[in-house]
Amino acid sequence: MNTIVTVLYYVLTAYIAVLIVWNFLKRKSWQEELLYVIVLIPFVLRLLRLK
Amino acid sequence: MMRKLVSAAIGTALAVFAGISFHHSRHLREPVVPGPAVSRVATLGDYFAPLKGTINDANIYILEGKEPGGTVLLLGGTHPEEPAGRLAAWIFAENAELRQGRILLVLSANRSGTTATRIGGAYPADFTIPTAWGGQTFRMGDRWSNPLDQWPDPEVYLHYPSRQQLAYVDIRNLNRCFPGRPDGLLTERTCYAICELIRREKVDIEIDFHEAELQYPVISTIVAHERGADLAAAASMFISSLEGFAIGVENSPKALRGLSHREIGDATGAISLLLEAPEPFLDATRGRTDRRLLLTGRDPFVVRAGRRGLLFEKIDEKGWPIDVRVGRHTSTVLQVLEIWSGDHPDRAVVVAGVPRYAEVVEKGTGAFLKDPKSVDPGRLSFE
Repeated sequence: MNTIVTVLYYVLTAYIAVLIVWNFLKRKSWQEELLYVIVLIPFVLRLLRLK
Repeated sequence: MMRKLVSAAIGTALAVFAGISFHHSRHLREPVVPGPAVSRVATLGDYFAPLKGTINDANIYILEGKEPGGTVLLLGGTHPEEPAGRLAAWIFAENAELRQGRILLVLSANRSGTTATRIGGAYPADFTIPTAWGGQTFRMGDRWSNPLDQWPDPEVYLHYPSRQQLAYVDIRNLNRCFPGRPDGLLTERTCYAICELIRREKVDIEIDFHEAELQYPVISTIVAHERGADLAAAASMFISSLEGFAIGVENSPKALRGLSHREIGDATGAISLLLEAPEPFLDATRGRTDRRLLLTGRDPFVVRAGRRGLLFEKIDEKGWPIDVRVGRHTSTVLQVLEIWSGDHPDRAVVVAGVPRYAEVVEKGTGAFLKDPKSVDPGRLSFE
């Protein structure tokens, strides 16, 4: 059961990461783009099991 | 398009830089040169099979004397962000000579917790103890298991078996999960394995090494289960008069569950003690949280807090250096063993070769760490 919950959290993390990338691609302002890139980093690090 | 590529490149560079640092922190190998008394190295998985092969399948160094006697378990790394405990256990592993009885040593009780630092805490990833042969680098670690090994945390943590509600994050805190649960999460299973080790090896005394912030009232003390109160009181008196530093005694509260000094004493036949040394690095009022602060224990902001009466331990410009904190632990263990052995000659644990407080302060912790290059690589263990 615990393993299933953990896997679901990784799926959620991937889903949110995709949403962040989608928003990054839609932005027109450089500042907002950079903000989305920085927000994305912890999601990527978790998916890669680095942090 | 070019702007987006530049933004993505900046993000990638930041992620790679951070990722390398986190990978290094998680996989840094810490060598141990087993001392003359180490007869074998077991792991927690030998006492609780489901832990075998996991990150918390911690090494257990088994030190045996020529004569039979009692058995003592020393736990380092219950909270890996309190490194004096791990270093004190390291000194025992590499230097102790046993004349009677056995010492079981765990240097990384929560090994998962040694592989990450506190999120948002800006902790250094590692630190180096200077030695005559260069220096030995250790992982810094955190108070909790690494979320990579146990995630997510529940909204509410109900301690097993008391069902007391504790802080949700403490389901990853080894010292809030005792006596453990065989079918629980990684941290609970680790606690269960430690209790199984104590039961199967018939441990007489278990000593858990810790450090505390100076704003925390339980500091510079031995926290004792009621079956260890007399032993702790006697050790406190001898230490305060003979060793060159003062240490108090606190009774293990019955109402606060999950802690080693309460649960191990209740769930096993061992006397459970917990040692606290002062660590300004952990204080909320500290300044820059770097390797210097970790090793010197010197911080002007914590000193200022002390002048305003906000602390439960004294501090001045000399701080609380790591050697002082490590020496407090080694001397306290030696005094406990001497008193126990005098009162229980058939269960005595007689040890030599381990430096006391004054010697650690004079020569430094690094003087008692062995050069891994000086021995056959086959003899080395790694934490």
